[in-house]
Amino acid sequence: MTWDIALILGIDGLANGAIYLLAGLGLVLIFSVTRVVFVPFGDIAAFAALSLAAFEAGRVPPTIGLVVFLAAAALLTELGSLVRKGEGRRIPRALLLWGGLPLIPCAIAWAAARAGAPAPVQMIASVLLVVPMAPLLARVVFQPIADASVLVLLIVSLALSFLLSGLGLLFFGPEGTRTSPLAVGSLSLGDGVEVGGQVILMVGTAVVLSGLFFLVFERTAMGKSLRATAINRVGARLVGIRPARTALLAYGYASLLAGFIGILIAPVTTMYYDSGFLIGLKAFVAAIIGGLVSYPATALGALAVGVFESFASFWSGALKDAIVFSLLIPVLMARSYMARHHEEEIEEIDQ
Amino acid sequence: MKPLASRSLMAALAVAFLVVPLFAGTFTVSLLNEIGIGALVALGLVLLTGVGGATSFGQAAFVGIAAYASAWLTTAHGMSPWLGLPFALLLTGLSALAIGMLTLRLGGHFLALSTIAWGLSISMLFGNLDALGRHTGLSGIPPLAIGGWSLMEPRAMYYLVWTVVGLGFLFSRNLLDSRPGRAIRGLRGGATLLASVGADAYRLRLSLFVTAALLAGLAGWLYAHMNRFVSPSPFSVHASIEYLLMAVAGGLGSLAGALVGSGLVLALKNVLQDVLPWLTQRSGQLDSIVFSALFIALLHFARGGLMAFVRRWRRRHGAGRPAPAHAAPARPLPNRAMPARGTPILSVQGAVKRFGGLVAVNDVSFDLGAGEILGLIGPNGAGKSTMFNLLTGTIPMTSGRVRFLDRDVSGMRQLEIARLGLGRTFQHVKLRPHMSLLDNVALGVHARTRPSILRAGLRLDREEERRILHEARRQLDRIGLGDRAHEMAGSLPLGTQRILEIARALASDPFLLVLDEPAAGLRRQEKLALGNLLRRLREEGMTILIVEHDMDFVMNLVDRLVVMNFGSKLVEGAPAAVRADERVQAAYLGGTA
Repeated sequence: MTWDIALILGIDGLANGAIYLLAGLGLVLIFSVTRVVFVPFGDIAAFAALSLAAFEAGRVPPTIGLVVFLAAAALLTELGSLVRKGEGRRIPRALLLWGGLPLIPCAIAWAAARAGAPAPVQMIASVLLVVPMAPLLARVVFQPIADASVLVLLIVSLALSFLLSGLGLLFFGPEGTRTSPLAVGSLSLGDGVEVGGQVILMVGTAVVLSGLFFLVFERTAMGKSLRATAINRVGARLVGIRPARTALLAYGYASLLAGFIGILIAPVTTMYYDSGFLIGLKAFVAAIIGGLVSYPATALGALAVGVFESFASFWSGALKDAIVFSLLIPVLMARSYMARHHEEEIEEIDQ
Repeated sequence: MKPLASRSLMAALAVAFLVVPLFAGTFTVSLLNEIGIGALVALGLVLLTGVGGATSFGQAAFVGIAAYASAWLTTAHGMSPWLGLPFALLLTGLSALAIGMLTLRLGGHFLALSTIAWGLSISMLFGNLDALGRHTGLSGIPPLAIGGWSLMEPRAMYYLVWTVVGLGFLFSRNLLDSRPGRAIRGLRGGATLLASVGADAYRLRLSLFVTAALLAGLAGWLYAHMNRFVSPSPFSVHASIEYLLMAVAGGLGSLAGALVGSGLVLALKNVLQDVLPWLTQRSGQLDSIVFSALFIALLHFARGGLMAFVRRWRRRHGAGRPAPAHAAPARPLPNRAMPARGTPILSVQGAVKRFGGLVAVNDVSFDLGAGEILGLIGPNGAGKSTMFNLLTGTIPMTSGRVRFLDRDVSGMRQLEIARLGLGRTFQHVKLRPHMSLLDNVALGVHARTRPSILRAGLRLDREEERRILHEARRQLDRIGLGDRAHEMAGSLPLGTQRILEIARALASDPFLLVLDEPAAGLRRQEKLALGNLLRRLREEGMTILIVEHDMDFVMNLVDRLVVMNFGSKLVEGAPAAVRADERVQAAYLGGTA
């Protein structure tokens, strides 16, 4: 390997790392607020990418159907729980919140597709379209078992990811798609090494978004309530923060991040209905480097995973994913040796 | 269920097993073979996840390793499938050992996430190795044959598959009802509980992990020679989730759950494959949607699986657990000779523990002689519990020395110290609520006996098992709970649970008993009984260190007291002298010192 190749691989890795950075932030956010290891994150990103591809092909994105379907399921769950609790007077609000709100991005997307809107509008519509997904899934699947152990939540999460990729196949079909590049041109670094516009765009977006993410967390009441819930759920509740609401907020933010990831990755990778699973899992490797709690360590982890992946693909394209996952083993070992010894009680099962 | 009824049910099942292939069609027999293979994998998951508490999302990878191993040996080297079996099991076992050694120290969800990682990596490996035929896989695998009789027909294979399944269940049932089995059932109680009886939680988990992988390996070997073709996709993480679904659907709480779950999932899968094409053209995806949704619903509404309903139904209809067999006579286990009264047992010299900037224990020294009861008291936050953890080896000391029976035990692990003869109880009771009193106490005998998983599974441990149970009964009688030996520990009131913990500690035949707030939460009558028990133990030559809050209880019991305050030793002496000491009064009452 020459320095040129190493440099090209490094730049490539930086672009990968940018994606994993955004995904890692979303995963850590959800885990710290809800204790859910949100495996379907990657699937949502893939759906954003596939939506954009549908727009470009001049079709109405099938994502609309998916969101409407999820909204109906969430509305039924909410109504069911309201009726059981005998809180009938809150039904109109529930109808508006669960039945109405998610339909707004669907309407926008539908209009954009019908009117043949320009590319930027298509992108915005694609991102908006997936924003309701994680909160809706959370309402149906995670909120009713919010007190279950982390392991049960993890199993549910994994099953949910498979459910989503099944739905993805049903709604989007088996064909892979790639959208037209967002940025053309390139920046020359001399010696024939060039950095593509798309790479600059990916890294730049990641930096800007994670900066915004940081600002929201540090400076706004909403961000502070998220942090409070993450640090101590009971304590947050005592000062009047509603955990279910903060959880939905966290899912919403994460969904938004997933939407951006989808738009950024769609032009550089051929996306299939099930491409999200591996993206999500690699972001997990990054998030685990941060112990699923630390944002800065996750960011470093994401860059490491990205660069590692790009070098791994140079050595063996077919085995690059396996190589990236095996990176997890030394990381986990280091964590288990560094971790302070604490006794964990495992949930008793019904006997 | 009465033993007779149970036996006739077993006989009926055995007859049904023999005659089914005579009546059922080839399709049904093939389905039954698949169910048997699934049940083997799910059985490993019930042991590993249900009993042991470690979730694995990678079990299908072990099925794959075994299947590919035997397939490769028989196709590339033309060896007999019967040679493929030991080769497949060896390779699966070694892989599990290596993976387990790398990952099993991890806690809860990190461990589970790591299983996704290696589960994925291994199935990707199958699809990318030239020797394994990449994505096309290996075909033309020879069928099994016994003598000249080929097992190519599903009907012939049926008997082999179900014999292996039967043996697998027998092995697992024997295992759970034994010394290693009790410790495995204790795994969910945490590593500290096991270490307190001298059991190594990590090694137990590792051997359990390998056992589960070997069950998956057996399934893989059967799979390869039944289908005579292997490709990567049946060994993916998807397949692992399906095995986990089987175990959860049947019920992670019982071995039978594996069989029931495998039957349920595979039968449903077949029905779906028949029905779904009528509804949509893309039926292949629909069944994965249905299964995922079903799995989520199960975890929402019926986490105990089908067998939990069966158990509840049987309990409601009066059919409880089988009546315990009468205690068989057994040779008592040898006891260690108690040292002469007054011999130094424990000596703490300059113990220091810092948590960052906080000095929890600051240069504390005291000694303890054989046959003595020493009380360690102090106001809240005095560092008593930290001191307790230091001398039992639960947390490492920053500096200082602890000598136990003329050996320097500072820096030793908790389980090593426990094996030397230090029995302990817990401030927050650590009993296994779903195990009987007898089993809970028998857990205490763990380090005094040897039977391994293999010997227990093959029932070669009965002599030692009788001796273990004999010893456990003796200790139960000693604390006056002998007549309740077969009740569940979780049904006891807190006070009795504390006493039961003492019986468990006694079962390890200790020189020194260390009790962490044994009187907390006890009623007056129970405290009196506890005091009498401890006095009796002292008369028998036992040395006791007791960390306590309850002044009355301690004052009337102990020979000597050590008072701690703000991490340091304040006073040491006889109870009356300590009670009169101004510094102690100041520490407790907040007066001017």
